[in-house]
Amino acid sequence: MSTTALPRAIDFAAPNPLRRWLRDLPLLPLLILLPFALAAIFAPFIAPYDPTEPVPGAKVFAPPFWMPDGNAATLLGTDFQSRDLLSRLIYGARVSLIVGLMGTVVAGSLGTAFGILSGYIGGWVDQLIMRVTDAWLALPALVFAIFLATVAGPSMWNIVIILGLVYWTRYARVIRGEVLSLREREFVQLAEIAGASRLRVIVRHILPNVLNTTMVLASLTIGVVIIAEASLSFLGVGVPPPEPAWGLMLSEARSTLMAGKWWLTVFPGACILLVVLATQLFGDWLRIRLDPQQRNL
Amino acid sequence: MPQFIIRRTSYSIITLFILSLTIFAVVRFTGDPATLMAEPGARAEDLARVRAQWGLDRSWPVQYYQFVQNILSGNLGISFNYRMPVSELYFERLPNSLELAFAATLLSFLIGIPAGLLSAVRVDGVWDQTGKVVALLGLSIPGFWLGLVLILVFSVYLEWLPTGGKGDWRNLLMPALALGWYFAASLLRLTRSSMLEVMRSEYIKLARLKGLPGYVVIAKHGFKNALVPVLTLAGVNLVVMVNAAVIIEVVFAWPGIGRLLFEGIFQRDFPLVQGIVVLAGVMIVFVNLLIDILYAYIDPRIRLTR
Repeated sequence: MSTTALPRAIDFAAPNPLRRWLRDLPLLPLLILLPFALAAIFAPFIAPYDPTEPVPGAKVFAPPFWMPDGNAATLLGTDFQSRDLLSRLIYGARVSLIVGLMGTVVAGSLGTAFGILSGYIGGWVDQLIMRVTDAWLALPALVFAIFLATVAGPSMWNIVIILGLVYWTRYARVIRGEVLSLREREFVQLAEIAGASRLRVIVRHILPNVLNTTMVLASLTIGVVIIAEASLSFLGVGVPPPEPAWGLMLSEARSTLMAGKWWLTVFPGACILLVVLATQLFGDWLRIRLDPQQRNL
Repeated sequence: MPQFIIRRTSYSIITLFILSLTIFAVVRFTGDPATLMAEPGARAEDLARVRAQWGLDRSWPVQYYQFVQNILSGNLGISFNYRMPVSELYFERLPNSLELAFAATLLSFLIGIPAGLLSAVRVDGVWDQTGKVVALLGLSIPGFWLGLVLILVFSVYLEWLPTGGKGDWRNLLMPALALGWYFAASLLRLTRSSMLEVMRSEYIKLARLKGLPGYVVIAKHGFKNALVPVLTLAGVNLVVMVNAAVIIEVVFAWPGIGRLLFEGIFQRDFPLVQGIVVLAGVMIVFVNLLIDILYAYIDPRIRLTR
């Protein structure tokens, strides 16, 4: 050990728990996510216009208000049907966040359930689940999702289920590994000796101990799911028009990109970028929070 | 080693079996496959003909047997739109997709590895901070949106580069960057952490004690050893690129497989869509098998575990 390094001073004057909790909050990701979450929840109250109807009296392709020709009535401009871009972005937050959250919930529940079954029961159940997991991991997820969406037909809830089906494999792999080591721990073995049923052991002793890992994986999946939804909508197999989804808006904007209607491409993409960026940062924070070993590093 | 190859190959076969079973089942659970296999707007007798032609009037096990037999003999059906066998279309477009994937990989190596090295050598310096931001953005910017913004800047406003299509290097530059962006960012992260780990090792300390100049230590002793995990990532990269290429090819009108798939979706050309998914899956399983065998050959530890 080098002589210059001093042991880190222990903070005896611990501040009150509330202040400490506030200090440790991930400010940047929350500052980004909060407006989007509020927009999604209160969309009908915030959005100035109906996102699927033309704004009365507005021109098509009106630019944002600060440009010449811009109009303060439609702050971020209008699209090819003279619909208000800002209103569509606000409602679009709803689609992105619902699909992102619900897709992650479906993937996380499936993956965690299969991971626990595989790890705890073992034997041929383990073999079967792991072979299926390997097979699905080997598939190109987005291409497979496109295929499923083509067959199932476009709708928001179909997309939620499809993305859940495509992204559960990572959970199953990781959770199985955790369960394999949990199964050997004393508290699990004691519960078994005490005569607890398999179901009880899984629900009371295994599940609570793998939930942290599920949460961390979920925080990392949510951005992937949001981008996947935008990609599917962009390709025309995701959320169907006239629903305002960010990916669909980018797809509609593509034909007018050459004409320099930049706001229709830049704003929806920037929204996706910000939300995904915030979930990434939040995921990093959560990982350090929930993993005491990393916290001390 | 032969044992490892046999075991690994049998896993791949199981994977292909599950892949075929999944595609087969999904098509049949979600509706009448005849309406998918017949051209849009087909009459009742056309549907009957399609059913007889594809054996859709027989029991499911027989149908599955026929489905697999068709795939194995390379018969993936005829595209409605092109009036050509799907496999022929696929292999016609494959070189274009490979060209784009190769250019994207090259570009991401050229960006990611030097940037990662620079970050690792000057930890917490200006370059490292910039690198961190770039890595974070790389993982959050959707590649297809980056492509659209590149078109906006370099084609629409500056008029330097063509918006799409296939041609010389200028056509390749933007799609390769949009496709390689994500990979470049992950390379940056990995090179940085791998390099940091290597630079803490004993043999680096020894090299420094020997009095070697700093750049020799970094280049010869550090970088060379940090490269191993970086190359491992290149295998994973293929899957990511097959995924991302679909949408990047659409954005830049690049005549590859992704664009073909998009046309298939758009024209309701079901044999084309199903064929591309099958072939893309087979290709990835095959490449993964080759990579695993190659690693086992290089690193004996992999052979012995499990």
